[in-house]
Amino acid sequence: MLRPSPTLRGGAVIALAATASLVLAACGSSSPSSNPLSGGSSNGSVVIGSANFPENELLAEIYSLALKAKGVKVTDKFNIGSREVYYPEIKKGTVSIIPEYNGTLLTVIVDKNSTAASTTDVNAALTAGLPSTLEILNSSSAQDSDSVTVSQAFATAHHLTSSSSIADLAPLASSLVFGGPPECTTRSDCVPGLKKNYGLTFKSFSPLDESGPITIKALQDGTVQAADVFTTTPQIATDHFVTLQDPKFDFAAENVTPLVYKPAMTSTITDTLNAISAKLTTAGLLQIDTAVIVNHDSYQAAAQAWLKAEGLPGGA
Amino acid sequence: MSFLAFAWDWLKSPQQWQGQDSIQVRLLQHLGYTGVSLLIAALIALPLGLLIGHYRRGGFAVVNVTNIWRAVPTLGLLILVVVSFGLTFLSWLTPLVVLAIPPVLVNTYEGVAGVDPELKDAARGMGMTDWQLLWKVEVPVAIPLIMLGLRTAAIFVVATATIAAQPGFGGLGRYIIDGLASNNYGEVAGGAAVIVVLALVIQAVFVGLRRLAVPTGLRLQARSSR
Repeated sequence: MLRPSPTLRGGAVIALAATASLVLAACGSSSPSSNPLSGGSSNGSVVIGSANFPENELLAEIYSLALKAKGVKVTDKFNIGSREVYYPEIKKGTVSIIPEYNGTLLTVIVDKNSTAASTTDVNAALTAGLPSTLEILNSSSAQDSDSVTVSQAFATAHHLTSSSSIADLAPLASSLVFGGPPECTTRSDCVPGLKKNYGLTFKSFSPLDESGPITIKALQDGTVQAADVFTTTPQIATDHFVTLQDPKFDFAAENVTPLVYKPAMTSTITDTLNAISAKLTTAGLLQIDTAVIVNHDSYQAAAQAWLKAEGLPGGA
Repeated sequence: MSFLAFAWDWLKSPQQWQGQDSIQVRLLQHLGYTGVSLLIAALIALPLGLLIGHYRRGGFAVVNVTNIWRAVPTLGLLILVVVSFGLTFLSWLTPLVVLAIPPVLVNTYEGVAGVDPELKDAARGMGMTDWQLLWKVEVPVAIPLIMLGLRTAAIFVVATATIAAQPGFGGLGRYIIDGLASNNYGEVAGGAAVIVVLALVIQAVFVGLRRLAVPTGLRLQARSSR
Protein backbone atom coordinates (compact mmCIF):
# COMPACT_ATOMS: atom_id res chain seq x y z
CA MET A 1 0.00 0.00 0.00
CA LEU A 2 1.14 3.53 -0.75
CA ARG A 3 0.67 5.69 2.28
CA PRO A 4 0.43 9.46 1.98
CA SER A 5 3.37 11.19 3.60
CA PRO A 6 2.56 12.97 6.91
CA THR A 7 2.55 16.39 5.24
CA LEU A 8 -0.18 15.29 2.89
CA ARG A 9 -2.60 14.06 5.54
CA GLY A 10 -5.89 15.63 6.48
CA GLY A 11 -6.71 19.06 5.15
CA ALA A 12 -3.95 19.03 2.55
CA VAL A 13 -5.43 15.96 0.91
CA ILE A 14 -8.87 17.54 0.74
CA ALA A 15 -7.40 20.75 -0.69
CA LEU A 16 -5.50 18.78 -3.33
CA ALA A 17 -8.56 16.78 -4.28
CA ALA A 18 -10.63 19.94 -4.59
CA THR A 19 -8.01 21.55 -6.82
CA ALA A 20 -7.80 18.47 -8.97
CA SER A 21 -11.54 18.32 -9.48
CA LEU A 22 -11.62 22.02 -10.41
CA VAL A 23 -8.90 21.50 -12.99
CA LEU A 24 -10.70 18.46 -14.39
CA ALA A 25 -13.99 20.35 -14.56
CA ALA A 26 -12.28 23.19 -16.40
CA CYS A 27 -10.86 20.77 -18.95
CA GLY A 28 -14.18 19.05 -19.48
CA SER A 29 -16.15 22.18 -20.18
CA SER A 30 -13.75 23.94 -22.50
CA SER A 31 -14.73 23.63 -26.13
CA PRO A 32 -14.08 27.07 -27.56
CA SER A 33 -13.86 25.80 -31.11
CA SER A 34 -17.31 24.28 -31.25
CA ASN A 35 -18.93 27.70 -31.30
CA PRO A 36 -17.61 30.02 -33.99
CA LEU A 37 -19.13 33.03 -32.19
CA SER A 38 -16.92 32.47 -29.14
CA GLY A 39 -13.76 33.01 -31.17
CA GLY A 40 -12.25 36.44 -30.49
CA SER A 41 -11.01 37.13 -33.99
CA SER A 42 -12.91 37.40 -37.23
CA ASN A 43 -10.49 34.94 -38.83
CA GLY A 44 -11.76 32.20 -36.54
CA SER A 45 -10.58 30.12 -33.66
CA VAL A 46 -9.61 26.46 -33.92
CA VAL A 47 -8.15 23.55 -31.99
CA ILE A 48 -5.68 21.54 -34.06
CA GLY A 49 -5.23 17.93 -33.03
CA SER A 50 -2.97 15.15 -34.24
CA ALA A 51 -2.43 11.43 -33.96
CA ASN A 52 0.45 10.11 -31.86
CA PHE A 53 3.15 9.56 -34.45
CA PRO A 54 5.82 11.98 -35.68
CA GLU A 55 4.63 12.61 -39.23
CA ASN A 56 1.09 13.46 -38.14
CA GLU A 57 2.31 15.80 -35.42
CA LEU A 58 4.55 17.48 -37.98
CA LEU A 59 1.61 18.05 -40.34
CA ALA A 60 -0.43 19.48 -37.47
CA GLU A 61 2.48 21.83 -36.69
CA ILE A 62 2.48 23.03 -40.32
CA TYR A 63 -1.28 23.73 -40.19
CA SER A 64 -0.87 25.47 -36.85
CA LEU A 65 2.01 27.77 -37.91
CA ALA A 66 0.31 28.76 -41.17
CA LEU A 67 -3.03 29.51 -39.51
CA LYS A 68 -1.42 31.53 -36.72
CA ALA A 69 0.41 33.60 -39.36
CA LYS A 70 -2.99 34.30 -40.93
CA GLY A 71 -4.32 35.69 -37.66
CA VAL A 72 -6.41 32.67 -36.68
CA LYS A 73 -6.60 31.93 -32.96
CA VAL A 74 -5.06 28.44 -32.69
CA THR A 75 -4.93 26.02 -29.78
CA ASP A 76 -2.54 23.08 -30.30
CA LYS A 77 -3.70 19.72 -28.97
CA PHE A 78 -1.16 17.39 -30.59
CA ASN A 79 -0.35 13.77 -29.91
CA ILE A 80 -3.90 12.83 -28.86
CA GLY A 81 -3.65 9.14 -29.68
CA SER A 82 -4.92 6.76 -32.33
CA ARG A 83 -7.79 7.49 -34.70
CA GLU A 84 -10.15 5.61 -32.39
CA VAL A 85 -9.35 8.20 -29.70
CA TYR A 86 -9.26 11.46 -31.66
CA TYR A 87 -12.13 10.82 -34.08
CA PRO A 88 -14.86 11.13 -31.41
CA GLU A 89 -13.23 14.43 -30.32
CA ILE A 90 -13.41 16.03 -33.76
CA LYS A 91 -16.89 14.62 -34.28
CA LYS A 92 -18.19 16.57 -31.29
CA GLY A 93 -16.03 19.61 -32.07
CA THR A 94 -13.61 19.66 -29.13
CA VAL A 95 -10.96 19.40 -31.85
CA SER A 96 -11.57 21.24 -35.12
CA ILE A 97 -8.76 20.22 -37.50
CA ILE A 98 -6.81 16.96 -37.85
CA PRO A 99 -4.36 16.02 -40.62
CA GLU A 100 -5.83 12.77 -41.95
CA TYR A 101 -5.02 10.10 -44.53
CA ASN A 102 -8.07 9.71 -46.74
CA GLY A 103 -7.85 5.94 -47.46
CA THR A 104 -7.53 4.81 -43.85
CA LEU A 105 -10.10 7.34 -42.63
CA LEU A 106 -12.53 5.80 -45.11
CA THR A 107 -11.88 2.14 -44.35
CA VAL A 108 -11.38 2.41 -40.60
CA ILE A 109 -14.09 4.91 -39.63
CA VAL A 110 -16.53 5.75 -42.39
CA ASP A 111 -17.09 2.60 -44.45
CA LYS A 112 -15.27 -0.57 -43.46
CA ASN A 113 -16.33 -2.38 -46.63
CA SER A 114 -15.37 0.33 -49.09
CA THR A 115 -13.38 -0.78 -52.12
CA ALA A 116 -12.63 2.76 -53.36
CA ALA A 117 -8.96 2.98 -54.29
CA SER A 118 -8.13 6.11 -56.30
CA THR A 119 -7.88 9.51 -54.60
CA THR A 120 -11.04 10.73 -56.38
CA ASP A 121 -13.09 7.67 -55.46
CA VAL A 122 -11.92 7.67 -51.86
CA ASN A 123 -12.71 11.36 -51.40
CA ALA A 124 -16.13 10.96 -53.03
CA ALA A 125 -16.92 8.10 -50.65
CA LEU A 126 -15.71 10.18 -47.69
CA THR A 127 -17.77 13.22 -48.67
CA ALA A 128 -20.83 11.00 -48.92
CA GLY A 129 -20.17 9.09 -45.71
CA LEU A 130 -18.89 11.62 -43.15
CA PRO A 131 -21.34 12.98 -40.57
CA SER A 132 -22.84 16.40 -41.44
CA THR A 133 -20.60 18.26 -38.97
CA LEU A 134 -17.41 17.00 -40.60
CA GLU A 135 -15.85 17.50 -44.02
CA ILE A 136 -12.57 16.95 -45.78
CA LEU A 137 -10.77 19.84 -47.45
CA ASN A 138 -8.64 19.42 -50.60
CA SER A 139 -6.32 16.42 -50.60
CA SER A 140 -2.62 16.99 -51.08
CA SER A 141 -0.69 14.84 -53.51
CA ALA A 142 1.43 13.66 -50.55
CA GLN A 143 0.73 10.04 -49.68
CA ASP A 144 1.80 7.90 -46.77
CA SER A 145 0.71 4.58 -48.22
CA ASP A 146 2.02 1.07 -48.75
CA SER A 147 4.22 0.74 -51.80
CA VAL A 148 6.47 -1.63 -53.70
CA THR A 149 9.96 -0.31 -53.00
CA VAL A 150 13.27 -1.71 -54.28
CA SER A 151 16.82 -1.24 -53.08
CA GLN A 152 19.17 1.18 -54.81
CA ALA A 153 21.42 -1.64 -56.05
CA PHE A 154 18.49 -3.51 -57.60
CA ALA A 155 17.08 -0.33 -59.15
CA THR A 156 20.44 0.53 -60.72
CA ALA A 157 20.98 -2.97 -62.04
CA HIS A 158 17.57 -3.05 -63.72
CA HIS A 159 17.29 0.63 -64.71
CA LEU A 160 14.35 1.36 -62.43
CA THR A 161 13.65 4.93 -61.34
CA SER A 162 10.98 6.60 -59.25
CA SER A 163 8.93 7.06 -62.42
CA SER A 164 8.98 3.30 -63.17
CA SER A 165 5.77 1.38 -62.54
CA ILE A 166 5.26 -1.74 -60.46
CA ALA A 167 4.37 -3.33 -63.82
CA ASP A 168 8.04 -2.98 -64.85
CA LEU A 169 8.87 -5.69 -62.30
CA ALA A 170 6.77 -8.27 -64.16
CA PRO A 171 9.62 -9.75 -66.25
CA LEU A 172 11.88 -9.87 -63.16
CA ALA A 173 9.39 -11.11 -60.56
CA SER A 174 10.10 -14.82 -60.95
CA SER A 175 13.62 -14.27 -59.58
CA LEU A 176 12.60 -11.82 -56.86
CA VAL A 177 12.14 -12.33 -53.13
CA PHE A 178 9.44 -9.92 -51.94
CA GLY A 179 9.32 -8.86 -48.29
CA GLY A 180 6.41 -7.49 -46.31
CA PRO A 181 4.36 -7.92 -43.15
CA PRO A 182 3.26 -11.52 -42.48
CA GLU A 183 -0.37 -10.85 -43.50
CA CYS A 184 0.81 -9.73 -46.94
CA THR A 185 0.26 -13.20 -48.40
CA THR A 186 -3.48 -12.93 -47.74
CA ARG A 187 -4.12 -9.17 -47.79
CA SER A 188 -6.04 -8.28 -50.96
CA ASP A 189 -3.76 -5.36 -51.90
CA CYS A 190 -0.49 -7.13 -51.15
CA VAL A 191 0.78 -10.37 -52.76
CA PRO A 192 -2.65 -11.33 -54.25
CA GLY A 193 -3.29 -7.75 -55.44
CA LEU A 194 0.13 -7.39 -57.04
CA LYS A 195 -0.51 -10.60 -58.93
CA LYS A 196 -3.99 -9.56 -60.04
CA ASN A 197 -3.19 -5.97 -61.00
CA TYR A 198 0.37 -6.25 -62.30
CA GLY A 199 0.84 -9.96 -63.02
CA LEU A 200 3.68 -10.31 -60.50
CA THR A 201 4.44 -13.84 -59.32
CA PHE A 202 7.40 -13.62 -56.97
CA LYS A 203 9.97 -16.38 -56.51
CA SER A 204 9.12 -16.31 -52.81
CA PHE A 205 7.70 -14.14 -50.07
CA SER A 206 9.63 -13.33 -46.91
CA PRO A 207 7.48 -12.40 -43.89
CA LEU A 208 9.12 -9.40 -42.17
CA ASP A 209 7.50 -6.46 -40.31
CA GLU A 210 5.31 -3.41 -40.99
CA SER A 211 7.86 -1.33 -42.89
CA GLY A 212 9.99 -1.40 -39.72
CA PRO A 213 13.68 -2.03 -39.00
CA ILE A 214 13.60 -5.66 -40.17
CA THR A 215 12.15 -4.77 -43.57
CA ILE A 216 14.64 -1.92 -44.03
CA LYS A 217 17.57 -4.14 -43.08
CA ALA A 218 16.42 -6.92 -45.43
CA LEU A 219 16.29 -4.42 -48.32
CA GLN A 220 19.69 -2.96 -47.43
CA ASP A 221 21.27 -6.44 -47.26
CA GLY A 222 19.61 -7.72 -50.39
CA THR A 223 17.89 -10.52 -48.44
CA VAL A 224 14.81 -9.26 -50.29
CA GLN A 225 14.98 -7.25 -53.50
CA ALA A 226 11.59 -5.58 -53.19
CA ALA A 227 9.40 -4.93 -50.17
CA ASP A 228 6.18 -3.34 -48.97
CA VAL A 229 7.49 -0.06 -47.52
CA PHE A 230 5.45 2.97 -46.40
CA THR A 231 6.09 5.83 -48.82
CA THR A 232 7.32 8.29 -46.20
CA THR A 233 9.80 5.93 -44.50
CA PRO A 234 12.94 8.09 -44.03
CA GLN A 235 15.27 5.35 -45.30
CA ILE A 236 13.75 5.78 -48.76
CA ALA A 237 15.64 9.08 -48.71
CA THR A 238 18.73 8.10 -46.71
CA ASP A 239 19.35 4.73 -48.46
CA HIS A 240 18.13 5.86 -51.89
CA PHE A 241 15.48 3.14 -52.11
CA VAL A 242 13.27 3.50 -55.16
CA THR A 243 9.49 3.49 -54.73
CA LEU A 244 7.67 2.31 -57.85
CA GLN A 245 4.57 4.01 -59.19
CA ASP A 246 1.21 2.34 -58.62
CA PRO A 247 -0.92 3.59 -61.56
CA LYS A 248 -3.63 0.96 -60.99
CA PHE A 249 -4.11 1.94 -57.32
CA ASP A 250 -3.40 -1.55 -56.02
CA PHE A 251 -2.68 0.13 -52.68
CA ALA A 252 -5.56 2.47 -51.84
CA ALA A 253 -4.83 6.20 -51.87
CA GLU A 254 -3.56 7.65 -48.58
CA ASN A 255 -3.43 11.34 -49.41
CA VAL A 256 -2.76 13.75 -46.56
CA THR A 257 -6.10 15.53 -46.27
CA PRO A 258 -7.34 17.93 -43.56
CA LEU A 259 -10.40 16.59 -41.73
CA VAL A 260 -12.28 19.55 -40.26
CA TYR A 261 -15.21 20.31 -37.98
CA LYS A 262 -17.43 22.43 -40.25
CA PRO A 263 -18.92 24.92 -37.71
CA ALA A 264 -15.39 26.07 -36.77
CA MET A 265 -14.33 26.88 -40.34
CA THR A 266 -13.92 30.33 -41.90
CA SER A 267 -12.82 31.11 -45.44
CA THR A 268 -9.39 32.19 -44.13
CA ILE A 269 -8.92 28.79 -42.53
CA THR A 270 -10.05 26.68 -45.48
CA ASP A 271 -8.05 28.80 -47.96
CA THR A 272 -4.89 28.48 -45.88
CA LEU A 273 -5.23 24.70 -45.47
CA ASN A 274 -6.02 24.23 -49.17
CA ALA A 275 -2.94 26.28 -50.06
CA ILE A 276 -0.83 23.91 -47.93
CA SER A 277 -2.38 20.82 -49.55
CA ALA A 278 -1.68 22.28 -53.00
CA LYS A 279 2.06 22.42 -52.22
CA LEU A 280 2.51 19.22 -50.19
CA THR A 281 4.02 16.28 -52.13
CA THR A 282 5.17 12.82 -51.05
CA ALA A 283 8.79 13.82 -51.70
CA GLY A 284 8.38 16.99 -49.61
CA LEU A 285 6.72 15.07 -46.78
CA LEU A 286 9.47 12.45 -46.89
CA GLN A 287 12.06 15.21 -46.66
CA ILE A 288 10.57 16.83 -43.54
CA ASP A 289 9.90 13.42 -41.96
CA THR A 290 13.58 12.63 -42.43
CA ALA A 291 14.58 15.98 -40.92
CA VAL A 292 12.59 15.19 -37.78
CA ILE A 293 13.06 11.41 -37.45
CA VAL A 294 16.65 10.98 -38.65
CA ASN A 295 18.24 14.39 -38.04
CA HIS A 296 16.19 15.11 -34.90
CA ASP A 297 15.21 18.62 -35.97
CA SER A 298 12.38 20.05 -33.89
CA TYR A 299 8.87 19.77 -35.35
CA GLN A 300 8.61 23.52 -35.36
CA ALA A 301 11.92 24.07 -37.17
CA ALA A 302 11.10 21.45 -39.83
CA ALA A 303 7.59 22.85 -40.33
CA GLN A 304 8.83 26.46 -40.56
CA ALA A 305 11.56 25.50 -43.05
CA TRP A 306 9.06 23.72 -45.29
CA LEU A 307 6.52 26.59 -45.17
CA LYS A 308 9.28 29.06 -46.04
CA ALA A 309 10.59 26.93 -48.92
CA GLU A 310 7.07 26.71 -50.34
CA GLY A 311 6.43 30.45 -49.88
CA LEU A 312 3.54 29.85 -47.49
CA PRO A 313 2.60 31.95 -44.44
CA GLY A 314 4.22 30.89 -41.15
CA GLY A 315 7.60 30.06 -42.66
CA ALA A 316 10.84 31.10 -41.04
CA MET B 1 -15.38 -21.03 -29.31
CA SER B 2 -12.75 -21.94 -26.78
CA PHE B 3 -9.02 -21.89 -27.33
CA LEU B 4 -8.95 -25.67 -27.48
CA ALA B 5 -11.73 -25.84 -30.06
CA PHE B 6 -9.93 -23.28 -32.24
CA ALA B 7 -6.70 -25.19 -31.92
CA TRP B 8 -8.31 -28.56 -32.61
CA ASP B 9 -10.12 -27.38 -35.75
CA TRP B 10 -6.88 -26.06 -37.11
CA LEU B 11 -4.82 -29.10 -36.14
CA LYS B 12 -7.14 -31.68 -37.67
CA SER B 13 -7.33 -29.95 -41.04
CA PRO B 14 -5.25 -32.03 -43.50
CA GLN B 15 -3.60 -29.01 -45.13
CA GLN B 16 -1.70 -28.35 -41.90
CA TRP B 17 0.18 -31.59 -42.48
CA GLN B 18 1.32 -31.04 -46.07
CA GLY B 19 3.97 -29.00 -47.85
CA GLN B 20 6.49 -26.32 -46.89
CA ASP B 21 4.32 -24.82 -44.15
CA SER B 22 3.29 -28.15 -42.61
CA ILE B 23 3.47 -28.84 -38.89
CA GLN B 24 6.19 -31.49 -39.32
CA VAL B 25 8.46 -29.07 -41.20
CA ARG B 26 7.88 -26.25 -38.71
CA LEU B 27 8.39 -28.64 -35.80
CA LEU B 28 11.74 -29.82 -37.14
CA GLN B 29 12.87 -26.23 -37.72
CA HIS B 30 11.77 -25.35 -34.20
CA LEU B 31 13.66 -28.29 -32.72
CA GLY B 32 16.68 -27.27 -34.78
CA TYR B 33 16.69 -23.70 -33.39
CA THR B 34 16.17 -25.05 -29.87
CA GLY B 35 18.85 -27.76 -30.11
CA VAL B 36 21.57 -25.57 -31.62
CA SER B 37 20.93 -22.71 -29.19
CA LEU B 38 20.91 -25.03 -26.19
CA LEU B 39 24.09 -26.79 -27.32
CA ILE B 40 26.01 -23.54 -27.75
CA ALA B 41 24.71 -22.16 -24.45
CA ALA B 42 25.76 -25.40 -22.69
CA LEU B 43 29.21 -25.29 -24.30
CA ILE B 44 29.70 -21.82 -22.86
CA ALA B 45 27.93 -22.10 -19.51
CA LEU B 46 28.84 -25.63 -18.34
CA PRO B 47 32.66 -25.24 -18.39
CA LEU B 48 32.40 -21.74 -16.93
CA GLY B 49 30.06 -22.90 -14.16
CA LEU B 50 32.29 -25.90 -13.33
CA LEU B 51 35.38 -23.71 -13.28
CA ILE B 52 34.07 -21.01 -10.96
CA GLY B 53 32.23 -23.58 -8.84
CA HIS B 54 35.37 -25.68 -8.38
CA TYR B 55 37.73 -22.83 -7.54
CA ARG B 56 35.00 -20.84 -5.82
CA ARG B 57 36.43 -17.65 -7.28
CA GLY B 58 34.28 -14.90 -8.77
CA GLY B 59 31.08 -16.84 -8.09
CA PHE B 60 29.33 -13.91 -6.47
CA ALA B 61 30.10 -11.61 -9.40
CA VAL B 62 29.17 -14.20 -12.04
CA VAL B 63 25.87 -15.14 -10.41
CA ASN B 64 24.85 -11.51 -10.01
CA VAL B 65 25.90 -10.44 -13.49
CA THR B 66 24.03 -13.43 -14.91
CA ASN B 67 20.92 -12.59 -12.97
CA ILE B 68 21.00 -9.04 -14.29
CA TRP B 69 21.63 -10.51 -17.76
CA ARG B 70 18.31 -12.35 -17.46
CA ALA B 71 16.58 -8.98 -17.75
CA VAL B 72 17.78 -8.52 -21.35
CA PRO B 73 14.58 -8.40 -23.43
CA THR B 74 14.83 -11.24 -25.93
CA LEU B 75 12.77 -9.61 -28.66
CA GLY B 76 14.66 -6.33 -28.29
CA LEU B 77 17.95 -8.17 -28.61
CA LEU B 78 16.68 -9.92 -31.73
CA ILE B 79 15.81 -6.62 -33.44
CA LEU B 80 19.16 -5.18 -32.36
CA VAL B 81 21.03 -8.14 -33.89
CA VAL B 82 18.98 -7.91 -37.11
CA VAL B 83 19.67 -4.19 -37.42
CA SER B 84 23.39 -4.63 -36.63
CA PHE B 85 24.22 -7.81 -38.53
CA GLY B 86 21.38 -8.30 -40.98
CA LEU B 87 19.12 -11.29 -41.44
CA THR B 88 21.37 -14.26 -40.71
CA PHE B 89 21.19 -17.26 -38.40
CA LEU B 90 22.67 -14.97 -35.73
CA SER B 91 19.31 -13.15 -35.61
CA TRP B 92 17.64 -16.04 -33.80
CA LEU B 93 20.73 -17.75 -32.37
CA THR B 94 22.05 -14.82 -30.32
CA PRO B 95 18.92 -14.05 -28.28
CA LEU B 96 18.22 -17.74 -27.64
CA VAL B 97 21.78 -18.44 -26.46
CA VAL B 98 21.66 -15.34 -24.26
CA LEU B 99 18.40 -16.63 -22.82
CA ALA B 100 19.73 -20.14 -22.15
CA ILE B 101 23.05 -19.29 -20.52
CA PRO B 102 21.86 -17.94 -17.11
CA PRO B 103 19.96 -21.01 -15.82
CA VAL B 104 22.71 -23.41 -16.92
CA LEU B 105 25.52 -21.25 -15.56
CA VAL B 106 23.94 -20.42 -12.20
CA ASN B 107 22.76 -23.97 -11.52
CA THR B 108 26.09 -25.51 -12.47
CA TYR B 109 27.96 -23.04 -10.29
CA GLU B 110 25.61 -23.49 -7.31
CA GLY B 111 25.68 -27.28 -7.71
CA VAL B 112 29.46 -27.54 -7.73
CA ALA B 113 30.09 -24.82 -5.13
CA GLY B 114 27.56 -26.41 -2.82
CA VAL B 115 29.27 -29.81 -2.57
CA ASP B 116 29.83 -30.77 1.07
CA PRO B 117 33.38 -29.61 2.08
CA GLU B 118 33.87 -32.82 4.10
CA LEU B 119 33.33 -34.84 0.95
CA LYS B 120 35.99 -32.80 -0.83
CA ASP B 121 38.38 -33.14 2.10
CA ALA B 122 37.93 -36.89 2.03
CA ALA B 123 38.62 -36.97 -1.70
CA ARG B 124 41.77 -34.88 -1.30
CA GLY B 125 42.83 -37.14 1.57
CA MET B 126 42.59 -40.09 -0.80
CA GLY B 127 45.09 -38.25 -3.03
CA MET B 128 42.75 -37.05 -5.76
CA THR B 129 43.97 -34.34 -8.14
CA ASP B 130 41.84 -31.26 -8.92
CA TRP B 131 40.69 -32.91 -12.13
CA GLN B 132 39.72 -36.15 -10.37
CA LEU B 133 37.98 -34.23 -7.60
CA LEU B 134 35.91 -32.36 -10.21
CA TRP B 135 34.90 -35.36 -12.29
CA LYS B 136 34.62 -38.04 -9.60
CA VAL B 137 33.09 -36.04 -6.76
CA GLU B 138 31.83 -32.57 -7.60
CA VAL B 139 30.12 -33.21 -10.96
CA PRO B 140 28.30 -36.40 -9.85
CA VAL B 141 27.05 -34.70 -6.69
CA ALA B 142 26.02 -31.58 -8.61
CA ILE B 143 24.31 -33.48 -11.43
CA PRO B 144 20.72 -32.98 -10.19
CA LEU B 145 21.18 -29.20 -10.17
CA ILE B 146 23.07 -29.16 -13.48
CA MET B 147 20.27 -31.15 -15.10
CA LEU B 148 17.71 -28.79 -13.61
CA GLY B 149 19.57 -25.86 -15.18
CA LEU B 150 19.63 -27.54 -18.59
CA ARG B 151 15.95 -28.44 -18.31
CA THR B 152 14.96 -24.88 -17.37
CA ALA B 153 17.01 -23.52 -20.26
CA ALA B 154 15.46 -26.02 -22.68
CA ILE B 155 11.91 -25.01 -21.67
CA PHE B 156 12.79 -21.31 -21.96
CA VAL B 157 14.31 -21.80 -25.39
CA VAL B 158 11.64 -24.06 -26.85
CA ALA B 159 8.95 -21.59 -25.83
CA THR B 160 10.91 -18.56 -26.97
CA ALA B 161 12.20 -19.96 -30.29
CA THR B 162 8.88 -18.63 -31.63
CA ILE B 163 10.60 -15.26 -32.03
CA ALA B 164 12.67 -16.62 -34.92
CA ALA B 165 9.52 -16.07 -36.97
CA GLN B 166 9.60 -12.34 -36.30
CA PRO B 167 12.37 -11.57 -38.81
CA GLY B 168 11.07 -14.08 -41.35
CA PHE B 169 12.62 -17.37 -40.24
CA GLY B 170 10.61 -20.56 -39.73
CA GLY B 171 9.72 -22.67 -36.73
CA LEU B 172 6.41 -22.98 -34.95
CA GLY B 173 6.40 -19.23 -34.25
CA ARG B 174 5.43 -18.75 -37.93
CA TYR B 175 1.89 -19.89 -37.07
CA ILE B 176 1.60 -17.42 -34.20
CA ILE B 177 3.06 -14.42 -36.06
CA ASP B 178 1.25 -15.12 -39.35
CA GLY B 179 -2.00 -16.04 -37.61
CA LEU B 180 -2.04 -12.86 -35.54
CA ALA B 181 -1.20 -10.73 -38.57
CA SER B 182 -4.09 -12.12 -40.58
CA ASN B 183 -6.64 -12.55 -37.74
CA ASN B 184 -6.53 -16.32 -38.16
CA TYR B 185 -6.95 -17.29 -34.51
CA GLY B 186 -7.24 -20.99 -35.21
CA GLU B 187 -3.71 -20.90 -36.57
CA VAL B 188 -2.48 -18.94 -33.52
CA ALA B 189 -4.16 -21.33 -31.08
CA GLY B 190 -3.06 -24.42 -32.99
CA GLY B 191 0.54 -23.22 -33.20
CA ALA B 192 0.57 -22.34 -29.51
CA ALA B 193 -0.89 -25.75 -28.62
CA VAL B 194 1.85 -27.55 -30.56
CA ILE B 195 4.49 -25.51 -28.70
CA VAL B 196 2.91 -26.34 -25.32
CA VAL B 197 2.91 -30.05 -26.16
CA LEU B 198 6.51 -29.80 -27.34
CA ALA B 199 7.54 -28.09 -24.09
CA LEU B 200 5.86 -30.87 -22.06
CA VAL B 201 7.63 -33.54 -24.11
CA ILE B 202 10.97 -31.83 -23.55
CA GLN B 203 10.23 -31.62 -19.85
CA ALA B 204 9.55 -35.37 -19.80
CA VAL B 205 12.73 -36.12 -21.74
CA PHE B 206 14.81 -34.19 -19.22
CA VAL B 207 13.16 -35.95 -16.30
CA GLY B 208 14.20 -39.21 -17.97
CA LEU B 209 17.75 -37.96 -18.61
CA ARG B 210 18.02 -36.97 -14.97
CA ARG B 211 17.20 -40.52 -13.89
CA LEU B 212 19.97 -41.80 -16.15
CA ALA B 213 22.52 -39.20 -15.09
CA VAL B 214 22.13 -39.09 -11.32
CA PRO B 215 24.47 -41.62 -9.67
CA THR B 216 22.82 -44.50 -7.80
CA GLY B 217 24.54 -43.54 -4.54
CA LEU B 218 22.99 -40.08 -4.62
CA ARG B 219 19.53 -41.53 -5.27
CA LEU B 220 19.87 -44.01 -2.40
CA GLN B 221 21.06 -41.23 -0.12
CA ALA B 222 18.10 -39.05 -1.06
CA ARG B 223 15.71 -41.94 -0.38
CA SER B 224 17.21 -42.84 3.01
CA SER B 225 17.24 -39.24 4.20
CA ARG B 226 13.51 -38.87 3.72
